[in-house]
Amino acid sequence: MDFNFIIHCLPLFVAAAKLTVTLAFFGIALSLAVGALCAVANYYKVPVLKQLANAYIEIARNTPLMIQLFFLYFGLPRLGILLDGKTCAIVGLSFLGGAYMAEAFRGGLVAVSKTQIEAGLSLGLNRFQLLRHVVFPQALAVAVPVISATAIFLMKETSVFSIVALPDLMYLAKDLLKEGHSAESNFLLVISYLVIILPVSLFFSYLERRFRFAGFGS
Amino acid sequence: MEQEILIIRDLQKSFGETPVLNGVSLSVRQGEVLVIIGPSGCGKSTLLRCLNGLEPINSGEIEFDGKIITGAQANWNLVRQKIGMVFQNYELFPHLNVMENILLGPLKVQKRPKAEATEVACGWLERVGLLDRAEAYPRELSGGQKQRVAIVRALAMAPEIMLFDEVTASLDPEMVREVLDVMLSLASQGLTMLIVTHEMGFARAVADKIIFLDGGSIVESAPPDIFFANPSTERARRFLNIFEFDEDKKLGVS
Amino acid sequence: MLDSALSVFTAGRNMARLMEGLGVTVWISLASVGLSALIGIPLGLIMASPKRAAAKAIRLYLETIRVMPILVLLFLFYYSLSKVGINLTAFLVSILVFTLWGAAEMSDLVRAAVTSLPVHQKESGRALGLTEIQVSLYIVIPQAIRRLLPGVINLTTRMIKTTPFVFFINIPDLMKVGQQIVEVSGVRDYLASVWVYGFIFLIYFAICYPVSLFSRFLENRWQSG
Repeated sequence: MDFNFIIHCLPLFVAAAKLTVTLAFFGIALSLAVGALCAVANYYKVPVLKQLANAYIEIARNTPLMIQLFFLYFGLPRLGILLDGKTCAIVGLSFLGGAYMAEAFRGGLVAVSKTQIEAGLSLGLNRFQLLRHVVFPQALAVAVPVISATAIFLMKETSVFSIVALPDLMYLAKDLLKEGHSAESNFLLVISYLVIILPVSLFFSYLERRFRFAGFGS
Repeated sequence: MEQEILIIRDLQKSFGETPVLNGVSLSVRQGEVLVIIGPSGCGKSTLLRCLNGLEPINSGEIEFDGKIITGAQANWNLVRQKIGMVFQNYELFPHLNVMENILLGPLKVQKRPKAEATEVACGWLERVGLLDRAEAYPRELSGGQKQRVAIVRALAMAPEIMLFDEVTASLDPEMVREVLDVMLSLASQGLTMLIVTHEMGFARAVADKIIFLDGGSIVESAPPDIFFANPSTERARRFLNIFEFDEDKKLGVS
Repeated sequence: MLDSALSVFTAGRNMARLMEGLGVTVWISLASVGLSALIGIPLGLIMASPKRAAAKAIRLYLETIRVMPILVLLFLFYYSLSKVGINLTAFLVSILVFTLWGAAEMSDLVRAAVTSLPVHQKESGRALGLTEIQVSLYIVIPQAIRRLLPGVINLTTRMIKTTPFVFFINIPDLMKVGQQIVEVSGVRDYLASVWVYGFIFLIYFAICYPVSLFSRFLENRWQSG
């Protein structure tokens, strides 16, 4: 391996990795927000919103991110909606992720037993207090493993962002391939993704353990 | 005579087509301990749940503290602060420790100052012998301890009436006593209580009045001495016989 | 509007080409899912067995695969295999990579399905005097399959939704063909990208949605079992 080449390219990979992390961060944060909204609409059986949320979840979960991005980036401008690459990436990732997060939250919410809710009611808690102090903390504990798996899945999905012309890690690796240093650029590509994903993955397994120990089984 | 704090008039309740309560009328005086017994499915748990608004009623009315609490203008969040309830399976909140479980109602619902609420909670915990477990999580407690905490959680709201729904039914036999002892001491202190239980010995010891419920209506209502010694209806007599084991040896195992 | 849509799909061999692209997508999916099951099921059984070292090795393989985006794996294999003297077509590389991933995920599903069976289920079988083989045949396997199938079907849709990645290694799948058509027709027809990508979107949905529904149906039906 040509270490001079690696050192020469390192700043490029750092910049690309930063872009990936930034987009993933906003995409995952928005996914959580969208997912929570859908799950609440579903949980409280809000008319119309519930049906809309369910239709959205099915559509987003049953189509690949790549075609969603293609449609956003190449289709929408022709309908008069122009989004730049970064916006497309974040919108696309949260469109996909929101549906998965909604399912994660839903699973947590249905896991809270009816009798726990009655215990909360019998203390005189109102609907909001019940959600805030009884339902949500318990639902979250059940949802955490699914949320973390989804977040990591979304981080990995960011690897397709070069199709909306974003200079991310894959884009860079493909570019360097032309210069004939494939071993070095592949090595940097793998290391970059490891540096991004491993800490997140370790953080989530720590979180899961904490929630398990705070755990349950009354 | 103390005044009547709770009056139930002609309460009807059905689940779909199945009637569960067929016109139950009943009144409870301040400081009175009522024990409701009867075969499974007789509607005794449903009756308690109706009193706490956990089951909507079909018709009839419930008067509490001189006010009708059922019907269109019902405000259960308010009523539930004055009518405490303890459940069969404890239902402590697993994500909160003992003290947080107890303080949730007083702090969030009643908005009482934390120092005062904590003092009250500690007092109750001490009385049930669990002050040293205030920081423990429910999963670290035995069933009996959990149920004592659940009782304290309801008491911390300073309710005027306490409802106990088969609170020893899920406990191992050796833990039943510690929970019943707490309830006995509450009764002797003059707390108004409605208790659904299968512990006949306890019912006899704690009750001012026994209500025998069968098929969704009150079949018999009498002081415990009279009810257990000489039930006036055939149905009550048959029910009480289930708890007798004198005939054991004759049955044998064939 | 509709005229423009029609013209995109009727021009030249566009529709036929899209269907050929779909064929490629379906082929890659089917081959990868089938091979994943073939390899993943034995691996999963080994993971569930008391063979510690082998189970650890498979676990390591699983975690290694999981930490990398599949697109990165595809890219690495495509551009590196030839360097070490292994010449595979892009088509075969894609099946190889999806199978490496699918088999890993499949093994984890199988392990979970087998080990999640309560011990007393086996014990009560033995208590009835069943032999070990009978216990496996009548008690373990039927229950494991019920636990396994919804997850396997889920994995299948995940794999189908991953196939567009082959676009990056220039396999003429649905996405690639779509892009080529848009490039040509887009000049003439302003809305070509909307129609073509919308159509591909619908095709993926039409494939994945019924499969997800089936998985949910099985889950609900077998929940009590």
